Amino acid sequence: MTSGHLFNVFGPLVVAAPALLLVLLGTAALLGRPFPEKTISRLTQAAVILGLLGAVAVLALMLAADRRLVTLTMGDWIVLPGQHFHFTFKFMFDRLSVPFVILSFALCGVTSAFASKYLHREPGFGRFFVLFAVFLLGMVVTSLAGTIETLFAGWELVGLSSALLVGFFHERSGPVRNGLRVWTVYRVADAAFLIATVALHHLTSGGDFVRLTGSGPWPEGQALLTSNQALFIGLLLLVAAAGKSALVPFSGWLPRAMEGPTPSSAIFYGALSVHLGAFLLLRVSPLLEQSLLLCIAVVALGLVSAWFGAVTARVQSDVKSAIAFASLTQVGIIVAEIGCGLRYIALVHMIGHACLRTLQLLRAPTLLLDYHTLENAIGGRLPRQPTMWEQVVPESMRRRLYRFALERGFFDAMLTDYFVRPFTRVFEWCDAMERRWTDFLAGEQSRESDSLDLAGRVAEELR
Amino acid sequence: MIELHLPWLQIAIAAPLLGALWVARLRDPEVAQRQAMFFSGLALACAVGAWLDFSALDQFAAHDRWSLPWRLAGFEPLVIDELSAPLLPMAALLYFVTSVATLRTKVRRFSFGWLLASEAILLATLSCRTPWGIISLLALGVAPPLWELHARRRPLRVFAIHMGAFVAMLIVGWRLVERAAPGSPAPILAIALLLAAVLLRSGIVPMHCWMTDLFEHATFGTALLFVTPMVGVYAAVRLLLPIAPDWALHSIAVISLVTAVYAAGMALVQREARRFFCYLFLSHSSLVLVGLEIATPIGLTGAFCLWISVGLALTGFGLTLRAIEARKGRLLLSEFHGLYEHTPTLAAFFLITGLASIGFPGTIGFVGAELLVEGAVDAYPLVGMAVVLAAALNGIAVLQAYLRVFTGKRYFPSVSLQSRGPERMAVLTLTLLILGGGIFPQPGLTSRHHAASAIIDARRATLGPGGSPIEQHAWFRFHDTAPRPAATDAEKLAHRAPLASTIDE
Repeated sequence: MTSGHLFNVFGPLVVAAPALLLVLLGTAALLGRPFPEKTISRLTQAAVILGLLGAVAVLALMLAADRRLVTLTMGDWIVLPGQHFHFTFKFMFDRLSVPFVILSFALCGVTSAFASKYLHREPGFGRFFVLFAVFLLGMVVTSLAGTIETLFAGWELVGLSSALLVGFFHERSGPVRNGLRVWTVYRVADAAFLIATVALHHLTSGGDFVRLTGSGPWPEGQALLTSNQALFIGLLLLVAAAGKSALVPFSGWLPRAMEGPTPSSAIFYGALSVHLGAFLLLRVSPLLEQSLLLCIAVVALGLVSAWFGAVTARVQSDVKSAIAFASLTQVGIIVAEIGCGLRYIALVHMIGHACLRTLQLLRAPTLLLDYHTLENAIGGRLPRQPTMWEQVVPESMRRRLYRFALERGFFDAMLTDYFVRPFTRVFEWCDAMERRWTDFLAGEQSRESDSLDLAGRVAEELR
Repeated sequence: MIELHLPWLQIAIAAPLLGALWVARLRDPEVAQRQAMFFSGLALACAVGAWLDFSALDQFAAHDRWSLPWRLAGFEPLVIDELSAPLLPMAALLYFVTSVATLRTKVRRFSFGWLLASEAILLATLSCRTPWGIISLLALGVAPPLWELHARRRPLRVFAIHMGAFVAMLIVGWRLVERAAPGSPAPILAIALLLAAVLLRSGIVPMHCWMTDLFEHATFGTALLFVTPMVGVYAAVRLLLPIAPDWALHSIAVISLVTAVYAAGMALVQREARRFFCYLFLSHSSLVLVGLEIATPIGLTGAFCLWISVGLALTGFGLTLRAIEARKGRLLLSEFHGLYEHTPTLAAFFLITGLASIGFPGTIGFVGAELLVEGAVDAYPLVGMAVVLAAALNGIAVLQAYLRVFTGKRYFPSVSLQSRGPERMAVLTLTLLILGGGIFPQPGLTSRHHAASAIIDARRATLGPGGSPIEQHAWFRFHDTAPRPAATDAEKLAHRAPLASTIDE
C-alpha cells in the first residue's frame, strides 16, 4: 500500500469520525430517543480517538514521505455549469492544520472524559454532547479547511455550539442572555468573514487557500493580491478574528461565556474557540505580508487586547473570569506575534497556551481546595508581595485603572449605548409608526397583540 | 409541446378542489381534517408525480396529458416547466404538512374546506402560464383569507384595501401592456403598475402592513399558507421579468434590499411571536426578490434556491411556532417561556428550521444564500453587502426567539405539552428535506440553474439582443470566465420553449 493510499484512508477518517458522532447523537436526539449516558460517553471517546489516530497517522506519513502539504479533495460539492461557480470541500494537511487538529482532538478528548463525570445525571447531559459533537466537527473542519468556504462552514458550527453552550443552564435567564450576546458578536464577526469570502472569490476567482497564498505550503506562500486588496480583505478578516477571539472591542463576551458548564468553558473559551481568530490570521498570514498597514493594525490590536486582558484579569472576583482575561492577554500576544511575522512562534505559543488553559479551567472548580492544600503545606497564608506597578503608578491612576478594569473597559456599555440602543430605538419608532398607519387604515385599534397579558393566554386545552 | 405521461397537473388541482366541496359539507371537524389530509396527500402525490415525470422527459416545458381545457375550449393553460416543477410539490407539501400538523384544539376554528380550495388555486397558479390566467388566479387566491376574516368577524379593512389595490393594479397594468403596439416596449405606466402590484403582494416596504395585519387577525395556518409559497415572486417572474426594463428591475432590487434589512431589524424588536415570524419571513422573501431582480445567472439561481429553501424552512418554523401557540396561546417574546423541558423535539425543529432559513451550513438555505450574496455583490458591490447585514440580523432574531420561547425560566404546565405524532411527522419531513437538501444540494441547484438560464434567455429574446447593462455584464462574465455549457446543454436550451409568458403569447 503506497503512502497515497494511506493518506486516502486516514485523511477522511479525521473528518468522518466527528461527523459520524454528530449524525448519531443528533439523529437520536431529534427522534426523541437519546442514548444513555454511558453510550454517549463511549461514542464520543471512540470518535475522538479515531479522529486523533487518523490525524497522528497522517502526521507520521507526512514525516515519513517528507511531504509538507497533503490535500484531500472531496470533489465539487456544488458546481454551476458555465458560471465558474463551484464550492469544493477540500481539506489541507500542513504544518499549521495538523498540529491544530491534533490539539483539538486531544483537548476535546480530555474534556469529554471530564464532562462525562462532571455532568453525570445532569438533565442536559445529552444536549451537552450533541453540542460538543457540533463543536468538534466545526473545529476539525475549520482546522483542516483548504478553501475559505469550508473554513466558513466550520467557523459557523463552532459559533453556534459555543453560543448555545454558554446558555447551557437555560432554566435561568442570565446564561441565556449571555449566550445571545455571544451569538450577536459572532454574527457580526461572521458577516465580516462572509464579505471577505465573497470579495476573495471575486478577486481570485475561487476561495482556495492555495490560490490565495500562492503555491508554497504554509507558511511560505505568497499572496496573489495587491496591497490595497490585501488591506481590504485583511481588515475584514481581522474583524472576524477579533469577534471570535474576543479581542478589543469585542472582549465583553468572554466573561459572559463563563456562564456555561466548566468543561465547555475550558474547551471553548479557554482553549480552542478563543484561538480560532488567531488561527484564521495564521492561515491567511501570507496576506499580511502584502500590506504593512495591515500588519501594523494586527500588531496594534493584539497589543491593546493583551494589555486590556492583563489589566482586567487582575480585578476579576471569580476564577473563571480571571482565567478568561488571562487567556485574552496571551491571545493578544499571539496575534501581535502573527502581525510581526513570527508564525511558528505564534503556533507553538497557541498550542502551549491552549493546553495550559484547559488544565487551569478544569481545575478551577477545585481552586479553593488547592489553595487550602498549599496553605496547609506551608503552614500559613500564601505570601503576597506588592508588585512593581503598585510602587511606580500613582494612587489616582491606579484607582482609574481599577475602575476601568472593573467595568471591563466599558466596552459592553459602549456597544450597548452607541449601537444596540440607537438601533432598537429606530426600529421601535418605525413599529410605532406602522401601528398608527394600520390603525388609521382599519379605523380602529389594529393590533390584537398589544392587548396580550404577560403570562400569555391560558392553554386552549384548558378552556 | 411534449406531454406528461399522465394528467398529473389536472388531478393535482382537481383533488383539493373536489376535496374542498366534499369537506365543506362535513359537520365534524376531526373527520374534515382526516378527509383534508387525504385530498391534500393526493394532490401532493400528483405534484410529486408531475415533477418526476417531467424530470424524466428532460424537457424545458411540458403539457398535461389529456388536457380537458384543450378538448373543451381549445386552449392549454396548464404547463409544467423547470421553474414550476419543484414549486408544485413544495406548495402541495406545505398544505399537506399544515393540515397534518393542525392540533385538535385548532380544528374547530381552522377551515379545512378553504385550505383545500386555496391549495387548488395555488397549484393552478403555479401551473398556469397565460397572463390573464395567472392574474385571475392571483385575484382568486385572495378570497380564502378574506372569507376567513369575514367569517370570524375579524377586522379585514387593511387586508382588503391592500389586496384590492393589488388586483386592480395587476388588471390595469396588464391591460395597458396588451394595448401597447406589437414590438414596442410596454408603457411606463403599465410597468409601474405591475411593479407596484408585485411589490405589494410580496409585502415590500412600505406596502407590507397587510401582512402583519393578516398575521394578527387570521388563523396562523391561513396566514402562513397565504404568504410562504411567495406567489408575489411567481407573479414577478411570469409577468414582470420578461418585459420589465432595467430601471424597473433596479428599483425592485434596491427596494427589496431595503426591505430585507428593515424587516430583519423589525423582527428583532417585536414583542409577539406572530409579528416576529411575519417580519422574519418578509426579510427572507425580500431577499428572494433581490436575487430575482439582479437578473444574472448566479443571482437568479440563488433566488430560486432561496425561494424553495425559505418556503420549506420558514413553513417548518411557522408550523413549530403554531404548535407552540396551540399549547400556550399567543406568545410574547418580551418574556421567557422556558418550554424546552416539555417540548424538546419542537425546540430542536424550531432551531433547525430557523437556522436553515438564515442559510446555516449543512442546511438547504446555505447554497442559496451563498449564491445570492455572490450575485448581489457582483451586481451592486456596496449595496449588495446589505444582504449580509440582513442575514446577520436574521440570525440574531432567530436565536433570540428560540431562547425566548424555549429557555430562560422553569415552566410548570398543568397538562402535558409533548408534541404529538402527526406534528412530529410533519416537521420531521420538512427537517429531512432541509438537511437532505443541505447535504446534497447539487440536483436542486442544477435544476434551478436551468430555470434561471432559460428565464434570462427569454428576457433577452423579449427585450432584444442588446439586453440590459446588467445582462451584458453577466453575459460577458459568462464568456470571459468559463466556457459555455456542453454543446448538448446549449442545444437543449436553444430548442426549449420560452419559459415566461411574453406579450406575443
